[in-house]
Amino acid sequence: MSEIGQESTEERHPDASGLNRRQFLKYLGFGAMGVAPLPILPSILSKTVGQDVVRSDGAPAEAPNGRVRQWTMVIDLRYCDGCQSQGTPPQCTRACIEGRFVPEPQEWIQIYEGELPGGGTQFMPTPCMHCQNAPCVNVCPVAATFHTPEGTVLIDQDRCIGCRICMAACPYDRRFFNWGTPPVPPESRLADYSPEHQSPMRKGTVVKCDFCPEMARAGTLPFCVQACPNNAIYYGDLEEDIATNGDAIVSASQLLSQNQAYRLKEDLKTKPRVYYIAGHGEAVGRDAFTEGREPTEWPWIERVKGAREWKR
Amino acid sequence: MEAVADWRERLEQTVLAPVIDTSRWYYLWVAFLLAVLGWGLYAYSVQLRDGLIVTGMRDRISWGLYITTFVFFIGISHAGTLISAILRVSQAGWRTPVTRMAEFITAVSLAVGAMFVIIDLGRPDRLLNVIIYGRWQSPIVWDVVAITTYLTASLMYLFLPMIPDLALFRDRLPGKVPRWKLWIYRILSVGWVGSNAQRRSLASAIGLLMILIIPIAVSVHTVVSWIFAMTLREPWNSTIFGAFFVAGAIFSGIAVLILLMAVLRKIYHLEEYITEKHFVYLGYLLAAMAAIMIYANLSEFITVGYKLEGEGEFHFRQLFLGQFAGFYWYYFVGGLVLPIVLVLLPWTRNIRGVVVASILVAVAMWVERFFIVVAGLRVPLMPYEPASYTPTWVEWSVMSGGFALFALLITLFVKVFPIISVWEVVEDHENAEISPGPERLAPEEAAAPAGGG
Repeated sequence: MSEIGQESTEERHPDASGLNRRQFLKYLGFGAMGVAPLPILPSILSKTVGQDVVRSDGAPAEAPNGRVRQWTMVIDLRYCDGCQSQGTPPQCTRACIEGRFVPEPQEWIQIYEGELPGGGTQFMPTPCMHCQNAPCVNVCPVAATFHTPEGTVLIDQDRCIGCRICMAACPYDRRFFNWGTPPVPPESRLADYSPEHQSPMRKGTVVKCDFCPEMARAGTLPFCVQACPNNAIYYGDLEEDIATNGDAIVSASQLLSQNQAYRLKEDLKTKPRVYYIAGHGEAVGRDAFTEGREPTEWPWIERVKGAREWKR
Repeated sequence: MEAVADWRERLEQTVLAPVIDTSRWYYLWVAFLLAVLGWGLYAYSVQLRDGLIVTGMRDRISWGLYITTFVFFIGISHAGTLISAILRVSQAGWRTPVTRMAEFITAVSLAVGAMFVIIDLGRPDRLLNVIIYGRWQSPIVWDVVAITTYLTASLMYLFLPMIPDLALFRDRLPGKVPRWKLWIYRILSVGWVGSNAQRRSLASAIGLLMILIIPIAVSVHTVVSWIFAMTLREPWNSTIFGAFFVAGAIFSGIAVLILLMAVLRKIYHLEEYITEKHFVYLGYLLAAMAAIMIYANLSEFITVGYKLEGEGEFHFRQLFLGQFAGFYWYYFVGGLVLPIVLVLLPWTRNIRGVVVASILVAVAMWVERFFIVVAGLRVPLMPYEPASYTPTWVEWSVMSGGFALFALLITLFVKVFPIISVWEVVEDHENAEISPGPERLAPEEAAAPAGGG
């Protein structure tokens, strides 16, 4: 190796046709100046090329005290029998599929049948948990999935690049991918796309339960809450401390504390906005050992032209 | 002195030969690769038209062959770094005839590997969103930065030591090759005449780069592992993942380098320069890395297998007893233990034995990447039946196309650029003539950790 430090004088070999040291350093300097803006390039580009992400359709919903509403969901498993008594597929899943045009085989609110420690099973409706420390939001490379002021997690399908790292990161498996071109009914095609209702659906992007924020703002309950025959699902606002299952209006904090409510995988510290009250449908007369439920159906797809060729 | 000049002339003729003469077999081979690549492109066009629905991936197992192949190619890109930079730093003289091939592999496999991430995207048309809206918090963005940095560095690291050889081509090839090739050599040899000042500049540039490129290479595969390890999935949630990926990368890189050496040696008659010694030394390195891999695997699985708690139990069972057990035991026995045996037994410690070991390792490391991705995603996170994943013809075709592209780029490289670093071989030869001292990297030293395996 040569001793660079010892060279005090400029060396110019008559046979060296390349650059001398001074020229080299000069070009290097110019080169470095060219590379220097690289770290701030993304912000420059996003200002010039990019458009702002569609955060919501309007101002976030406000509670009477003027603060932004913090949507939450409380699912009382004592009242959930997986619609065994109805003899139908779970009504919450069905209403969600109909209301949001969810393509097969996605179930944005899915009823899992979990084993109970003492034998028997419980039915557990599982929407997106809308974690306050959401692993999916953390890993997204392009901020296509984001937290809203209302405490929900949404996906902008116009920005998503379809890398699916959010699906790998979600500890609840509550994210779905439009693997092919999803069938779109005419009534959905007319909608202005918004991450709040995700219609019309885009190919090659990730979708999931959105907590129906545009309906809540308009004073309507989400599809799943409306459809539950046993009123097992409460939707509410932690800011105003209020929750309703469409039948009763209760204090959200009392509902949670008086029934030892819990959240799924609490130890992961993802801080979900969805709470559960333990049970297995006993309040509506279900025996824990009556297993199985009707399989989920996607009836709206039959109404869409060409949807029969829709590859699942 | 006369003998040295003859020796050098013979070396230069050997290196010039592939660029001057092209056999019929070469064209047949290129035609074959183009056919496979074309088939892969057709399969990809189907995927672009219909979406990822044409693959076997679904919501539960949402990554498959593409991500496996991405990790595999980024892994073998470590061949160049290890052989060139680490052996250059440790001044192992025997490395000189194989460095150039190693650096080829690095540059080509990085480009092909990065391509597979784009192939895996649901919306490749929005690729630029990563730059426009990039978030520094995302492991994907770390990857983009690390891989592009490594690609830039390894292209420079391929180019710089090639300058004197390109000048040799520029001076010796006029009249023997097409003009466009001479034009390339004239541009790329940047006025190299071999003056003392130029030699000094080149030596310090290579010296700086070989130090820089080692941490860059280590960071690249660490960051690749963090795509997995930064999630909350039990099988990926491991502190050893970064180190494990780097070790596996070097391991598979050596294997692929040995295979390329064997092929080029046979075709272009490099027997005088790439000798059994090179295979055996690299075989020792392979065995040492195999031992490290065995150790890393034991560390990883003993801690899980002893406790068998939570989702770890499911993962442990599916790998060692369940549906992946056949391939997983092949990876362990055929990919890690058997190569060590082949290299250490005296009667298989030869070119053939080392090449067989390398084939076993290259296949096993692809299989291992597959298990990390697919078996890791298969572990159920909620109360549902575990999903299954069967790759479709589209995925196999696109993957074959990727391997064909890798081979094709190397094949084309060989026809344009010097496959052996002539000036470094000469330098090493001259050093050896002056002082035939002991080898700088004693084989016993490299093989020692293998005894622990």
